[in-house]
Amino acid sequence: MPRLLSRPTDVMPDADDPDTVSRTDLHPWAWWSWALACAVLANLVGNLLLLSLLAAAILVVVLANRGPQAWRRGLGFYLALAGVIIAMRLVFRIVLGGTGSGPVLLDLPELELPEWAAGISIGGPLTLGELQFTLTDAARLAVLVLALGAANCLADPRTALRSVPAALHDVSVAIVITLTVLPQLIASTFRINRGRRLRGRNSRGLRAVAATLVPVLEDAVEGAMALATSMEARGFGRTREQRSVGRGTGLALVGAALAMVIGVFWLLGVAPTSGRVLGVGIEQWIGLALLGTGTAVGVVSLLRSGRRLAVTRYRPQPWARAEWALLALAVSLVVLTCWWGSAWGAPTDLRPSGWPTLTAPAVILPLVAVLPAAAALPVPNGGAHHG
Amino acid sequence: MVDAVAVRAQNLTITQPGARTPVLSGVDLSIREGDLCLVVGRTGVGKSTLLGTINGLVPHTTGATMGGHLTVAGHDTRECRPRDLAHLVGHVGQNPAATFVADVVEDEIAYGMEQLGLAPSVMRKRVEETLDLMGIATLRRRRVTELSGGQQQRVAIAAVLAAGPRVLVLDEPTSALDPTAAQDVLAAITSLVHDVGLTVVLAEHRLERVMQAADSVLWLPGDGSVVAGSPAQVLGVADVTPPLVELSRHLGWAEVPLSVREARRRIAVEGPHLDLPQAPELTEAVTDMVDDPMARLRRVGVRYGDVQAVRSVDLDLAAGSSVALMGRNGSGKSSLLWALQGAVPSTGSVEVGGEDPRRASDARARELVSLVPQSPADLLYLPTVDAECQQADRESDATPGTTAALVRRLGGDLPGDRNPRDLSEGQRLTLVLAIQLAASPAVICLDEPTRGLDYAAKDELRQIVTELTAQGVCVVIATHDVEFAAVATRRTVVLAEGDVIADGPTRVICSSSPAQAPQLAKVFRPADVVGIADLGVPVGRADLGVPVGRADLGVVAGADRGVPVTDRAEAPHT
Repeated sequence: MPRLLSRPTDVMPDADDPDTVSRTDLHPWAWWSWALACAVLANLVGNLLLLSLLAAAILVVVLANRGPQAWRRGLGFYLALAGVIIAMRLVFRIVLGGTGSGPVLLDLPELELPEWAAGISIGGPLTLGELQFTLTDAARLAVLVLALGAANCLADPRTALRSVPAALHDVSVAIVITLTVLPQLIASTFRINRGRRLRGRNSRGLRAVAATLVPVLEDAVEGAMALATSMEARGFGRTREQRSVGRGTGLALVGAALAMVIGVFWLLGVAPTSGRVLGVGIEQWIGLALLGTGTAVGVVSLLRSGRRLAVTRYRPQPWARAEWALLALAVSLVVLTCWWGSAWGAPTDLRPSGWPTLTAPAVILPLVAVLPAAAALPVPNGGAHHG
Repeated sequence: MVDAVAVRAQNLTITQPGARTPVLSGVDLSIREGDLCLVVGRTGVGKSTLLGTINGLVPHTTGATMGGHLTVAGHDTRECRPRDLAHLVGHVGQNPAATFVADVVEDEIAYGMEQLGLAPSVMRKRVEETLDLMGIATLRRRRVTELSGGQQQRVAIAAVLAAGPRVLVLDEPTSALDPTAAQDVLAAITSLVHDVGLTVVLAEHRLERVMQAADSVLWLPGDGSVVAGSPAQVLGVADVTPPLVELSRHLGWAEVPLSVREARRRIAVEGPHLDLPQAPELTEAVTDMVDDPMARLRRVGVRYGDVQAVRSVDLDLAAGSSVALMGRNGSGKSSLLWALQGAVPSTGSVEVGGEDPRRASDARARELVSLVPQSPADLLYLPTVDAECQQADRESDATPGTTAALVRRLGGDLPGDRNPRDLSEGQRLTLVLAIQLAASPAVICLDEPTRGLDYAAKDELRQIVTELTAQGVCVVIATHDVEFAAVATRRTVVLAEGDVIADGPTRVICSSSPAQAPQLAKVFRPADVVGIADLGVPVGRADLGVPVGRADLGVVAGADRGVPVTDRAEAPHT
């Protein structure tokens, strides 16, 4: 069969080669913590200038740590997606119009809509305030997308999967297999579809579907059987049930998940009433408490249930000083932003009502966010790089 | 139980689910520790089943019923699940690519050890050792899906080896590989046997590749019994006949020579000293021999992304000719066939009977060039053989019954109500070949038709090819199988990196290559022999006693040079 995947030759792995998997990275979850902090930041900030700086900070970090590989890993895709988001929001706002304040920039003819479409207007004047609001709103979403994309570029999702707690081992195995099998399935569909020409491709309708589907399914089932046999022969699951796990671990896991969901809901979804403690609404405190307890219980029971499976991990990604530093940076970024946005800080710096301005203290946020770019610097003695 | 036996079966009986007669019945056998044990037999006699019993996959995962006992390193497979034997028996299936769990070579090798719960430091050490042992250290960070067939096979062996098994079970490790890749894999296996002291149990169709390395042979005649013994004895009676076995039977030798060297020596010492013509010298590697081509390819190129699979190939194909396309994996053989059929885009000009199959409709292209792909099952999608045949008649606008008649003529007595998926490899090939021939094509292309075929099935295919060419069909066969190409085709085209590097009579091209010549050519070099038919009438055993006049020994003179003088002095007939 002519090749669908390029066939490599016997060569030494090359750092620039996307086919080889590099092992000299920070722990993937550390990168994810930083990216999530940036995402939270983007959500809390409503200052267009600050958002642009944040986007720049994310890009700098990705490019500093990945260089040209970042593009191959899809940075371009996420940039394009962010651009599309902004463009779409702008176009919709211009076309659908709205009620805004400030000077009118563009006065489009307004379309007369019938009675039943009341509340929707097409065309009409576009004001500066409206434009600014739309841009800011779109930029928040765009930065969010960029932050998650950055995590994807910086942390190999497969390495991230390998580093899940032992309790989730089966799930991660399933996902890794899917990631491997899916391209094979696509290749087999392509091969069989091309093979249909060899029989004249004159079947129609259901028969034509069957002509592709039946061999593809057969391939898939055979592959699954072969894989299952191989996993069995190699000892998959043989350490299961060797060690007992306390009863109620499963229950505790479910409880922890519920507590986390309710906690997030209270934290973000419930409007604060009059009572405030330390500048934060009581409801938010309850939410935080639930979230914290849920996380703690969840982690403990995950570790406990993971003990059931006595599998070990080959070359586990170490969690060393650099990872702790990155995590601390992420946490402080979120705390700093929360504090800044609260009554004690300067909420108007983050969410200005008028034209956005940059105050010196607010610039600290993107400056902190860009710090991980330093991880790319050659730091001696167990800094960013370890083998 | 500590003794020198790695695997012992007592009264072993295996019945497949739904079958009435057992595959193995009342088998007693033992495999010595440190042996390379070869399991031989025709397709479908239960070689894979026997291999599966060694680590308990049969009956634990297949639903077969098992009688008797099989112990491996003192463990009864009745009481142990395959996963519990993972540290004792390493099992590599027929298609290693389908058995990979991880996506990177290194992680794949470590996977089994992770499941056993070995300490990370031990794993790291063993991974490094295994990478070196199998010679794949440079591949450690590559994705497994992007490796070549031989590399994948070696990674699969490394992956089970790392767990430290004492018995290694390999199901057709070299069948799908080109000769060079097969050599790599085989070298790795023999070093495991000789240097590491592993017991290896190996099933293989291409016996000529592995028989010289075997210490013992298990032959499954197909009646449920197993014949065990030394390779030379068992292969002398078995129904699988690699070229050297055929030679030994032809010459009436009692013991089969297991390697080319052994056969050469025996002929030099015992004779027969036949008067054979010298092989023609290769004076020109690319000879254009076709006067009136039926198919004409000019500057044909095929490109996939960055890879130029075929570059500027000129080729003329005559009606009624049989052509072998050879070359290593990835040299562009398949791509050239697909380009000839017009199913993949190509540059340059392709003309079959004055028409361009690339521009013709799918149905018309099929009448010009028909192709049987590497996995023939891709073309089958109906529930029964009869339904497939009727559909093929409709596809080719042939009178009803044409395909079924073709199937019978091709010697495949296929049950019409069978699901094509349940047919053997050879039967499926016959069915697809019949379906493709129903369109009465001018050119028929076969892509690797002999993988999975035993010697008898290959011989049937050879006869089919002869018949087709007699009817004026041009048969083009892309293959790694030198032995098959040597006897089934008249012309050979060798490709390398997408270029034609040799084109001429099969006889000349094949026997001129030192490494890739068929075994008989190597035995009789420099005489012109590629198949048994070239040796003339069979020589009876009695003839061996008759010294052949030295004047006739044009052949033997050449062969003699490799024989030490002492051997000749001891030989009875000199």
